[in-house]
Amino acid sequence: MILKRMHWAVLFLSLLLVGCGGGSEERRVDVGTREGVLHYGNGAEVQGLDPHIVTGVPENHVVSALFEGLTSKNPYTLESEPAAAKSWDISEDGLTYTFNLREDANWTNGDPVTAEDFRWSFERALTPALGNLNNYMLFPIANAEAFANGVIDDFSQVGARVIDRFTLEINLRSPTPYFLQLLDHYIAYPVHRANIEAFGSYTDRVSRWAREGNMINNGAFELTEWQVNSHIRVEKRASYWDAENIKLNAIVFYPTENLVTEERMFRDGQLHRTNDIPLDKVPVYLEEDPEHIVIAPYLGTYYYMINTTRKPFDDVRVRKALVLSIDRKLLNDTVLEGIMDPSYALVPPGTLGYQPPEIISFDPERARALLAAAGFPNGEGFPVFELLYNTQENHRKIAIAIQQMWQTNLGISVSLLNQEWGVYLNTQENQNYDVSRRGWIGDYVDPNTFLDMYITDGGNNRTGFSSQRYDQLVLEEAPTRLNQDERFALYYKAETILMDEVPIIPIYTYQTKMLKDSSFKGAPSNIMDHYNWKYVYLEASE
Amino acid sequence: MATSTSIDSATLAMPKGVSLWDDAWLRLRKNKLAMFGLGFLLLVLVLCLLTPWIAPYSYEEQDLRLGAAAASAEHWLGTDTFGRDLLTRILYGGRVSLLVGFVATAVALLIGVTYGAIAGYAGGKVDAAMMRFVDILYALPFMIFIILLMVVFGRNLVLLFLAIGAIEWLTMARIVRSQVQNLRQQEFVEAAMSLGLSPVAIIVKHLIPNALGPIIVYTTLTIPNVMLLEAFLSFLGLGIQPPESSWGLLISYGVETMEEYPWLLIFPGLALSMTLFALNFLGDGLRDALDPKASRD
Amino acid sequence: MWRFVGLRTLQAIPVILTVITVTFFLVRAAPGGPFSSEKAVSDQVRAALEAQYRLDLPAYQQYFSYMADLFQGDFGPSFNFPSRSVNELIFQGFPVTLELGLYAMLIAVLIGIVAGVFASLKPNTLQDYMPMSLAMIGICMPSFLLGPVLVLVFGIWLDWLPVSGWGNSAGDKLLPSITLGAMYAAYIARLSRSGMLEVLSQDYLRTARAKGLPEYIVILKHALRGGLLPVVAYLGPAFAGLLSGSFVVETVFQIPGLGRFYVQAAFNRDYTMILGTTVFLATLIVVFNLLSDILSAWLNPRLRYQFRK
Repeated sequence: MILKRMHWAVLFLSLLLVGCGGGSEERRVDVGTREGVLHYGNGAEVQGLDPHIVTGVPENHVVSALFEGLTSKNPYTLESEPAAAKSWDISEDGLTYTFNLREDANWTNGDPVTAEDFRWSFERALTPALGNLNNYMLFPIANAEAFANGVIDDFSQVGARVIDRFTLEINLRSPTPYFLQLLDHYIAYPVHRANIEAFGSYTDRVSRWAREGNMINNGAFELTEWQVNSHIRVEKRASYWDAENIKLNAIVFYPTENLVTEERMFRDGQLHRTNDIPLDKVPVYLEEDPEHIVIAPYLGTYYYMINTTRKPFDDVRVRKALVLSIDRKLLNDTVLEGIMDPSYALVPPGTLGYQPPEIISFDPERARALLAAAGFPNGEGFPVFELLYNTQENHRKIAIAIQQMWQTNLGISVSLLNQEWGVYLNTQENQNYDVSRRGWIGDYVDPNTFLDMYITDGGNNRTGFSSQRYDQLVLEEAPTRLNQDERFALYYKAETILMDEVPIIPIYTYQTKMLKDSSFKGAPSNIMDHYNWKYVYLEASE
Repeated sequence: MATSTSIDSATLAMPKGVSLWDDAWLRLRKNKLAMFGLGFLLLVLVLCLLTPWIAPYSYEEQDLRLGAAAASAEHWLGTDTFGRDLLTRILYGGRVSLLVGFVATAVALLIGVTYGAIAGYAGGKVDAAMMRFVDILYALPFMIFIILLMVVFGRNLVLLFLAIGAIEWLTMARIVRSQVQNLRQQEFVEAAMSLGLSPVAIIVKHLIPNALGPIIVYTTLTIPNVMLLEAFLSFLGLGIQPPESSWGLLISYGVETMEEYPWLLIFPGLALSMTLFALNFLGDGLRDALDPKASRD
Repeated sequence: MWRFVGLRTLQAIPVILTVITVTFFLVRAAPGGPFSSEKAVSDQVRAALEAQYRLDLPAYQQYFSYMADLFQGDFGPSFNFPSRSVNELIFQGFPVTLELGLYAMLIAVLIGIVAGVFASLKPNTLQDYMPMSLAMIGICMPSFLLGPVLVLVFGIWLDWLPVSGWGNSAGDKLLPSITLGAMYAAYIARLSRSGMLEVLSQDYLRTARAKGLPEYIVILKHALRGGLLPVVAYLGPAFAGLLSGSFVVETVFQIPGLGRFYVQAAFNRDYTMILGTTVFLATLIVVFNLLSDILSAWLNPRLRYQFRK
């Protein structure tokens, strides 16, 4: 009778073993390398592919394979190079850009890509009813901000004009040295009017045009499969104007939200490239498999912000004490596995050659003196405050280490508060925190993308910091300078004010960290973590 | 006892009131595994109570330069990535886990058994209404519920107990209800009813004691559930915050680094599973001891 | 019997309506909206976004227009995936979750009942302790731990099975199914052991034995039916739990199932998607609880008699 039951177990075990049969197959990446199919770990799930609606980095990777702006970036130098525009002229005063479009560029349905396509796309991107979260990226264009905010209704007043079928003129409100870079952002990609209007109004967010089978696009690849939470596949387009220089036959993007799983997928030969790697794995790879791990500077700063409207943080001495009592080097060498760059200002050093002021440092003596001067000798009487961060492993680790540093160096107690992302954003927006984690990634390579956050009452400020002189420097003086050195000198002054007042506590400069198969080539690391798919190729190593 | 049936032992139990428990204790003492379980649990309990005095280090004291190190003479179970003593953290984590485990389970038990017994006893429309209410609670989106709780009430341990208890009682209520419904049809209950006993007396003296087996089994299943749920809730921001920890949290962090620093998973895992094993042995022993019919076999 | 089924089906309607209504207002009360962003959102953009999704209307109007759509079977567009409708997403994710749930259930029931019955035949011997200790390990091993451990052993060290995916390569469905089923197998083992112990000591089995029936007939024909009652009562909630609780496994193994959609929706405050999945899962839960009640009634002769009346 017991044997009878054993039969079940035996049957089941044998079923299990049959299931295990398919072990020694060729790795997916090796097949991919042979066939020119790139398997790409893309981080979070892509939410959409409409260039004027999407907001995230994972979306950018896919959208930039499907659409092509006026310019693109060389992945090695990050300099702008011709894309849909074959050439351009910039006026002496830096305000007028004239783009000569390529006549052989076409959409997937065969239509040529014209100046009107771009003008209409800018109009769509800026139309208030669409609710484009990134519309501010186009605000350097004359009157774009007024149109986007509904102040003017007539798009012909905005500085984007069709000269002839293949010539587009753009007028700016002030010389914007980084303007060409913005044209490579998805906000500035063209979309096909008839395609969009076939599926509804051009201001509808909910629309089925940006899907497999429906989408008309002008980039090097076309969308062939999109299974939400499974994968997105794009394939090389034979009719693309520069098709002969496209080396990949297809790219498959996988959502890889779970870092541990992603790293294992890489080890199992399922991905050519991961989006990230768990910090704890970094030393292992550095030691045992250094040729597969990539660590490179990234245009972003990890910092804490201080609510300057709350006591006792309204006292600059208290803020300084907090800033000076963090041993960033120790933090980096231990918790961060030595791969990040300790940061002492807001703008990452070396952004287009800009060097931020170095006012702060690790100085516990001075920190204690400042705290005592503020009325809290040895931290006595200092209220217990909360350090807010969103739920994530690395944020937790950093907070635990800094909590201890403040405890040891200043004698003050901090309680940690982690919140789920949506709640955390809400708390920040309402400025309902004491000290909160924040990260900022540059939208483009220029100090301005960091410094314009801290203007008085700026939407991204969220600290209560306000300085008239700072506003003047960032908003009025710097944008009018054509000479980069002069402009950077003004930014330096502004950032000096910021770091004297310290509404923020810089912690480290971001580094991209990822795993790369040795066959994955033509994708150099750069501070924007930017890929130009034209350059990417797969080559089996012997 | 040789010819005793349910009705005999139940009616015998009534007048003296204590004999069921005395009897159970006698039987439990004979069960070596159960006694071992009880002893182990008491040991863990004592260790956790005395933690602040016996722990070799402070649970928040860091040694960043040391980082995660394997067991050594200074740190018997090694250290975590912050260089904190793992043994100390397991001891402190046990305090939280045991507290959450027992209190939240007690809450779930109290609500679930009462609710299920009433529904099962009442039957008919009352039962239907009560069980449909359970269905509604089952179906509500749990995560949204937790996120809301977190915001409305802030975070504290009491809330954590309530949240966990509020979730875990549902299945208990279903199980108890089906047991009671089943028992209600049996002769001894009908006999008790015909004797004119009040419904409360019948539920407390006859129905619940006879459903104790499944209740105890499910309780021993609920405790580990609750301890792991606590880790999930703490992870979402409701509940305890670093540098405090619990077994569930230690394990969930240990998973992430199980290849690099296996001791961070193994030791907290051992602490949790050995405690649960002990609990389980005790639970089984109790089930057998309290079951009026068990002694015959 | 049919009256019972009909009555329960009718009762399900207010249950589901209440769930929809409560969830509708619950999600809107949660802090952080579907358009929360790390970057500042201008008032104009926010107003435009709210208008696009009718969030600018008073809550009761939103509610009635949602209910009107719902009665036509339309869950509305997803906030998070603007090019897809909630209906589409559910019908993409659900078959995957259902398949995973079925495999897991199969594993759980097979292993659980065999182990539980096996253990109950010789209580307090090695034959009892071994499977029950394994079951206890199964219960203590949450899927966020068991999944990665199985992947490490079978996917990386032994390299027998793929570490992730669903239907992409041979054998990639096995580890997730085991991971998800393990805990339920353990529960079922414990429940069937205690249920069997309960029944094995009852009079009608003694009678059966006394009649000289072979032991395996006593067990298979008589004991199992009553002994598995608690298991059956547990199956409904368990299967509902498998379907709504598979998100950890789906995340660990990168499976595009409904559980992952649901959790993403909760984190992104995708109101329509949260509501859609909740309504869908609530209906399923109600149906499974109903089925398990019917099955319990059918297995329990006394209750069955009552139903016939």
